[in-house]
Amino acid sequence: MKTLYDKIWERHLVHEEAGKPALLYIDLHLIHEVTSPQAFEGLRLAGRKLRRPELTFATVDHAIPTVNRNLPFKDPIAALQVETLRKNCADFGLPLYDLDRIEQGIIHVFGPEQGLTQPGMTIVCGDSHTSTHGAFGALAFGIGTSEVEHVFATQCLQQSKARNFQVNVEGELPFGVTAKDVILGIINQIGANGGVGHVIEYTGSTFRSMSMEGRMTVCNMSIEGGAKAGLIAPDETTFEYLKGRTFAPKDDAWEAAVADWRSLKTDDGVLFDKTVEIDAATLEPFVTWGTSPDMSVTITDRVPELSDARDPAEAKAFERMYEYMGVEPSQRIQDIPIDKAFIGSCTNSRIEDLREAAKVAKGHKVSSAVDALVVPGSMLIKKQAEEEGLAQIFIDAGFEWRDAGCSMCLAMNEDILQSGERCASTSNRNFEGRQGRGGRTHLVSPSMAAAAAIAGHFVDVREWRFKG
Amino acid sequence: MNQFTRHEGLTVPLFQSNIDTDQIIPKQFLTRIERSGYGAFLFNDWRFEPDGTEKADFVLNDPKYAGATILVAGTNFGCGSSREHAAWSLTDFGFRAVIAPSFGDIFYNNSMKNGLLPVRLDEAATELIVARSQSLEGYSVTIDLESQTVIDELGLNASFEIDAFRKHCLLSGLDDIGLTLQNEEMITKYEADTEITHRFAGLT
Ligand code: SF4
Repeated sequence: MKTLYDKIWERHLVHEEAGKPALLYIDLHLIHEVTSPQAFEGLRLAGRKLRRPELTFATVDHAIPTVNRNLPFKDPIAALQVETLRKNCADFGLPLYDLDRIEQGIIHVFGPEQGLTQPGMTIVCGDSHTSTHGAFGALAFGIGTSEVEHVFATQCLQQSKARNFQVNVEGELPFGVTAKDVILGIINQIGANGGVGHVIEYTGSTFRSMSMEGRMTVCNMSIEGGAKAGLIAPDETTFEYLKGRTFAPKDDAWEAAVADWRSLKTDDGVLFDKTVEIDAATLEPFVTWGTSPDMSVTITDRVPELSDARDPAEAKAFERMYEYMGVEPSQRIQDIPIDKAFIGSCTNSRIEDLREAAKVAKGHKVSSAVDALVVPGSMLIKKQAEEEGLAQIFIDAGFEWRDAGCSMCLAMNEDILQSGERCASTSNRNFEGRQGRGGRTHLVSPSMAAAAAIAGHFVDVREWRFKG
Repeated sequence: MNQFTRHEGLTVPLFQSNIDTDQIIPKQFLTRIERSGYGAFLFNDWRFEPDGTEKADFVLNDPKYAGATILVAGTNFGCGSSREHAAWSLTDFGFRAVIAPSFGDIFYNNSMKNGLLPVRLDEAATELIVARSQSLEGYSVTIDLESQTVIDELGLNASFEIDAFRKHCLLSGLDDIGLTLQNEEMITKYEADTEITHRFAGLT
């Protein structure tokens, strides 16, 4: 009896020898401007070629601006980085979905949207949120630059097998509770290192009834729970999403692929190395209050007190977080005012996320104390949101409407928090300085971010006055 | 891959949990296209004020720890982003090893590929090293990869686990890509035998 992870692993074993890591074949390699230049350089220095350029796809997302793209970049070093990717792609014959392409977007939005991400594949990228692609039942994980070079040269990786971790969530999500709250709730329960050494498979009716967008949000943050990857078995929802996409199989090949994909699931009765059960009915909208993604409480709750810490080490961490975040123990979350709101990132920048946020924003105005930013995950999503009228709702409400990219998720471009500024963010990391030195990040769902932008502080979206 | 066999060095304690790669090397330094020179930016936001002056209260700025080559940290060190720049900045700064009870997976792999040894010691041994490096002047430990032990002159003798193959590669400084390419025939055979990897529409 095998888990889904075991099955995908076995399918990709090129070679296995006792006492050595296995050699695993990689089906899809996604690259972007930040973690690739040193890998190309290494390849050149060693006089090596790319083994399978046709399985490698590139876009630009991390360092690029999301406004005034017709102008030269403000940051000459970022400009050089993008230029370097252009040159490397040209030299090695790789397709680059550059700023002039409608497909351009955050790499983890781009792959699924183009139909490159398919069930049963092994997918890697020099980016930890590669776990996103696990939503399709693909084994997808982030790698470092040396490994990027390794995949370039060999289309394989040396890997040791991780353990199997099941997170089972059953039941219908209560009103106002989204996929983002599900994953924040899971990480809250297992801890930021709860998944280390494991691949998580998300099972249960809650995920079965989730859209692909929701599943991607969940798998995206697997890494914030320390897991190597996250997986959801493919089903009709997956096939429906993929059908007809540019790189998805066509005609007979499609039928054959779907028949195969249906076999990609964990056998009944398998024992996982670790299992966590969660009842969806107990979940609420979450807000992180500290500088680690497991430091979250529900919107009706308060910042924990020192006495809530599990041990002295955690108490010490709490003290540091109070200071960095500028919050008080037992302060009501709803009393925390914000300066910025960011709706975007590979966690929450897909069309469904924008629809959710627009529903809240419709007919309201962003607080005069808040700067709010909506950054679609790809230029295709941007276009779709404009066609659906979502963009107009945001613009009328006073949100800035940007071009696609990572933007304020990691603030490598000019979308950045100033020291002491506080942001309601739909991204995935609330680390110190993540959105700018001294910046304070609270992770929330898109609807919660939109509501906070309008109210000027965190509010319970379950009590929102929806207009129209 | 850089070699690691045995190393004796001064320890510096940075004993917090979940020190993420955004702290080790903040993103504003990721736009560079080189592999070297990142040591200057290691722990930038903790080491320096915005105007570039050193923060006196940060441990790496404490003269007592000048020249330290072994960083001792809390659980889940190097969690977060996949940026190999984190390993590059630590080695470029002069570190040869990091001791912690646990590590983020990607960082753990990245550091070994750069000859930076991640040493997983249990909490008790880690805390002992932290305490000694805080209370004693010039406290150093010796990490011996062959015997998988960390020892000091006060009787500490802690052992750590490491994958046997990784150990072998580090001891002999083997190049990963070169090793994999020794199996090139098998890769070619795998590619010929399997159709599952060739399903992108428009590709053959
Ligand atoms: S949106 Fe954020 S998390 Fe996602 S790839 Fe970009 S920087 Fe990484």
